[in-house]
Formats: sequence, structure tokens, C-alpha cells
Amino acid sequence: MTTGYSSQTILVIIIAAGVGTFALRLSFILLFGRLSEVPPRVIGVLRFVPAAVLAALVVPAILSLEVDPTIGLEFEWPTLIAGTIAAVVAWRTENVLATIGVGMLVLWTLQLVL
Amino acid sequence: MTARNDFFDGMRACAPLMVGMVPFALIAGVTAVNVGIDPVLAVVMSLVVFAGAAQLAAIDLIGQTASVVVVVFTAIVINLRFMMYSASIAPHFSRFSPASKWFSAYVLTDMAYALSVAEFDASPSEDRSRKWYYLGTAMMVWITWQLGTIAGVILGTSIPDGLSLEFAIPLTFMALLFPVLKGRPTMLAALVSGFIAMIAAPLPFNLGLVTAALVGILAGVLIEVRAGKFPSGRQAEDVGDSGESA
Repeated sequence: MTTGYSSQTILVIIIAAGVGTFALRLSFILLFGRLSEVPPRVIGVLRFVPAAVLAALVVPAILSLEVDPTIGLEFEWPTLIAGTIAAVVAWRTENVLATIGVGMLVLWTLQLVL
Repeated sequence: MTARNDFFDGMRACAPLMVGMVPFALIAGVTAVNVGIDPVLAVVMSLVVFAGAAQLAAIDLIGQTASVVVVVFTAIVINLRFMMYSASIAPHFSRFSPASKWFSAYVLTDMAYALSVAEFDASPSEDRSRKWYYLGTAMMVWITWQLGTIAGVILGTSIPDGLSLEFAIPLTFMALLFPVLKGRPTMLAALVSGFIAMIAAPLPFNLGLVTAALVGILAGVLIEVRAGKFPSGRQAEDVGDSGESA
């Protein structure tokens, strides 16, 4: 998996993401006095962002739908098995290091064996 | 010299949390180099964006050559929580000079926010300098993140290809996902989002990711609205900890 983007494009991405992120961080610190709290409804929506975004990033890395040449689920056995075992570790330990360690070890082992 | 003491107390309070951040920063460096991002740009990304989860997602998507708009949008959506921190910590920063406000905003992270707000709630401002304690926690995170990224970049350039190291990114997100699943609405949001992301994967420019996240958020909101649990316009709500660590 190697990017098709040039360094210039990647720099544009970095600057745009950086400016956007900084704007979010600065928003209320600068506005304070004019707007003292985030509307509860906005917070109500924002609370779902981490769960939804993280799930959307995790699942396609392991399982994805394929339409070409035929419709079906696309996956590789080592990735699927390693991902499943890592998910159990993540659920049980909630530990980043343990999840990465077990997941990568299982993946490498299966890649050697299969 | 109380300012100096407050600064170092902030750093000390933050230090134990850095154990979990180092592998994160290393992965940000290693995977960036592995998907073909120039080593210098990988370090620049940590300096400019300075947000762990958003950087990992961006690196992942840059590796897939997702559309520029989707990469930037995804990074910003992941960082929306900073707006909540900004609102929550702003009263403590109200007397800062403009320059201090801008710098404090730049170094605002999950950990600096959580540690500082807890400390500010526990001690009156005459006992504890708001600025220096906060900057102590924030600079601890900043230094760790930058050095960790640089170490990861150096490691990444010397690691042989074919180790599938980019798989470390979804694994990291997996470890972050479970702590944020608190109750049925967030679980539903994650399930719906994951399912849509799977079936929408063939969409061009990684639009499936954005679509999935939006539908997942909508599903979570809808189930709360139906249960009568969604906040109305009047009541104040506690901001839950997003469970992020960088």
C-alpha cells in the first residue's frame, strides 16, 4: 500500500487538516464571552463521532464488499483471523499495545504458515 | 517561583500517561514512512496537525490515495471533540493574553484537557496557575508526540517492506473503539457505521468512510431521540470522555 500522491499534495493535506484542527481547538477559547457553551444538541450529536468514525475505519480494513468482477465479500484469511483475535484482545483489555502486539504477531505467523 | 512549580507539577501529572502514547507516536512515524510519505513530511504532519487518531486516519487514507477532500474531512471530523474541550476549558483561559490563548489552543489535547480541568476543579486559581499547570501537561504531550514520531520515522526507514505494518493502524483504532462504546446508542452507531463502511467500500474516493460515519451518528441520535434521551435545547449535558489517548 503506497500512496499515489506527490509530496506537494501531501503537504496541502497536512496544512488543510492542521488549519482545520487548530480552528477547532481555538474556537471557544477565542470566542469565550460571546458564546459560553456548546449547545447541548450539538454535544448530543458529537458524542457519537468517535464510535462511528472509528468503526468506519476498522471494518473495511478487514472486510469489504467487492463488486468487480462479481459481488462478494473481499478479505484475506490472515487479516481476518488476526483482526478477529485482536478485536477480542481490544474488547477484553482496552489496551492499545496489547491489541497491536497480538494482532501483528498473529498476522505474521499466519502469513508464514498459509 | 510558583509558576515554575506549577509547570513541573503539570508535567509530572502527565508523565505516567505517556507510556501509552509512545507506541502511538511510533506508529504514526513508522506507518507514514511505510505508505510512502516523505520522512520530513511525516515529522511536519506531527508538528502541524498534532492529533494522534486524526493523523493515523490521514496516513491510512493517504496510503490508499483517497481523495484529498476525504482525507482532510476525516481528520477534521475525528478532531471535532477538540471543539468541546475548547468550550469547556475556555473559562479558565479567559484572562490569558492573545498570544497565550493561541499557543494554548495549538497544544490542546485529550490528556492536557482532562488533567488540567480535573486539577482546576480541585484547586482555586490563587493556588494553582492556570496557564503554567496547563502548559506543563500540554508540553509533556507535545514533546513526547514529536520525539516519538521522529523515532518512528527513523525506525520506519530501516524496517524491511512486506511486514504489513499498515495493519497496525486499524488495530490501534480497534483498541480505541471499545472504550468509547458506552451503552446501546454508541454501540448501535458503531455497528451501523461499520456495516455501511463494509458495503460502501467500492464507492470512489473513500466516500464510504464519510457516508458510514454520518449514517452511524444519525442512527445513534435517532435511537436516543426515540427513547427520549437526546438532550433538548435547554439542559446542560456532561461531555463524556471520548476515550481517545492522543
